[in-house]
Amino acid sequence: MQWWRLRAALTTLVILAPQGIALLVLAGQPPGWLVATTLITLLAGLAYAVAVPPLLYRIHRWEVTPEAVYTLSGWLVREWRIAPISRVQTVDTEHGPLQQLLKLASVTVTTASARGPVTIRGLDEGAAAELARQLTETTQATPGDAT
Amino acid sequence: MTPEPDAPAWRRLDKRMLAVTPLSGAVRLLPVAVVILLTGQGDAVARLWVPLGIALALVLAGVVRWRTTKYRITADRVELHTGWLRRQRRSVPRDRIRTVDLTAKLVHRVFGLSVVHVSAAAGSGSDSSGLDLDAVSKAEADWLRRELLDRPAPPAAEQAPAAEPPAARHTVELARLDWSWLRFAPLTFSSIAGIGAVFAAVYNLFDDLGVDPRDVPAVDDAADRLAAAPLWVGVGVLGALLLAAAVIGSLLLFAERWYDYRLTRETTTEGGALRVRRGLLTRRSLSVAEQRLRGAEVVEPLLLRAGRGAQTRALATGLSRDAQGGALQPPAPRAEAHRVAGAALRDHPARATLAPLRRHPRAALRRRLVRALGPAALLVAVAFAAGGHAAIPWLGPASLVLLPIALLLALDRYRNLGHEVTARYLVTRQGSVQRRTVALQRAGVIGWTFRQSVFQRRAGLVDVEAVTAAGAGGYPVVDVAAADGVALADAATPGLLTRFTVQPPTPHAAGRR
Repeated sequence: MQWWRLRAALTTLVILAPQGIALLVLAGQPPGWLVATTLITLLAGLAYAVAVPPLLYRIHRWEVTPEAVYTLSGWLVREWRIAPISRVQTVDTEHGPLQQLLKLASVTVTTASARGPVTIRGLDEGAAAELARQLTETTQATPGDAT
Repeated sequence: MTPEPDAPAWRRLDKRMLAVTPLSGAVRLLPVAVVILLTGQGDAVARLWVPLGIALALVLAGVVRWRTTKYRITADRVELHTGWLRRQRRSVPRDRIRTVDLTAKLVHRVFGLSVVHVSAAAGSGSDSSGLDLDAVSKAEADWLRRELLDRPAPPAAEQAPAAEPPAARHTVELARLDWSWLRFAPLTFSSIAGIGAVFAAVYNLFDDLGVDPRDVPAVDDAADRLAAAPLWVGVGVLGALLLAAAVIGSLLLFAERWYDYRLTRETTTEGGALRVRRGLLTRRSLSVAEQRLRGAEVVEPLLLRAGRGAQTRALATGLSRDAQGGALQPPAPRAEAHRVAGAALRDHPARATLAPLRRHPRAALRRRLVRALGPAALLVAVAFAAGGHAAIPWLGPASLVLLPIALLLALDRYRNLGHEVTARYLVTRQGSVQRRTVALQRAGVIGWTFRQSVFQRRAGLVDVEAVTAAGAGGYPVVDVAAADGVALADAATPGLLTRFTVQPPTPHAAGRR
């Protein structure tokens, strides 16, 4: 997904920026290690931005059935999350600035537990709204929250 | 604020709070007043005005508080209005109330009052869900407690506390204090708090008497001798003193907290409620509606485990998350702790916290070893490097001690891993320094999280976390074989995971949860 690539690029930029500024300030004779770290950051960031987002895109899954919401996420540490529809309390939709740029949204499904929110990231805006609506409807149909 | 036609009348806090609020405030401000009285400038009459003013302000504050606080219990809500300049209105739906907590501090007890804390379940798990009634008379508090935990109550019964039919309920005692459990007191972590308590008390005493310990010749003499003695004697004496203080402090704390401890079950038409009563100076009473009880947990910190003791705690929503929150019992012999856990859950211990647990695969042992020995080895390496660098030759060899400790920890952690799904409970055990055995009601599981790192994937292991609304929010089963993990979750909540276990996915309408 483009969003991850963009985010990776931005993160790299944030780490890179101070070093670049330092390089510019010390334009005369920058210490050798500073040049080296800047280069390494640049390379690692690029490699990450190129290699990981497609991987994430392939790994990430989500599914909503009449019984439950499932997600699978993570790259090094994979995480499956399952929340039964009957236990869902709130459904939130969220657009970050980057996501707004790309017309994406995240849907967070919260159960009664402090530990169990299920987040589906990087959905298409329309699909997210539709999903949230559908989830809210099914949730209202099933009473009880097991607290 | 238009009164509804059939809404019950607003009630006020007990009149005796008019005396209690200023008194408890005065106790807190007494030192200040004394200091002002003794050291203030000006003549004696002028100095007297300050404490008098404070007292007047306190009384006024008490009156205002009493006048502005009111509460009522309607058929489906508990409402509390407080504040004069800054008004607050809290309202808790009655079907969300999970626990009712009565606390009576010393001042409250003298006047026969009790603070009622009602805690309710909240979606976000925030702590501020609930309300305090500070304070009502003991009889009223007791009535409130029963009233709020039995639901739904007939509206007619709400106006008259006295009209409660006493035959409708009976109380069964599940456990009471055995003073021989006092031996477990020094083994808990509260002994560290005990040191603090004793020192604070002693220091305050000296301070109040205006005595500096250094002025007492005996203490001064002892300090001089200690300074003259070799280092190890000084350390030894100090250590012994600290140990003695810890033991005494923890014994006192135990006695204060658990004096007259009793665990009872009150059976009503609506089911039952567990009630824990305890405390010497401050009386506490915690009631948990039984249908809200999601399980029990037996906690064994390392020292307590070495002394063959354990402590039982209840898992329910709305219990406070500190160390004492939800404690059903003081530290007690292990068998007793398991018995109480079983009794609270209305199940035989062997089907709850004492269930024979399934061991985890050998790969989990490897992972424990790596995770314990890795950091220890790193520390040793750093110690050797630093020792060589800063010319502290003993640092490196001394740090070698870490390795066997880490090894033992890893072995113990592996030995303690276990899980089982019984008829009603998911039982899991883990941890070494703090071993926890959790029996979580299967009906209370509201989700699952599976987590697998790169290394775990290679070893074929997975961390499974049962998500629940009660207690810590999630209870992990660490490093279980991947297939077992899924099977476990599937067995605990049938139907939820069919998408993953059955190929191709079949619609599974029946047996949700």
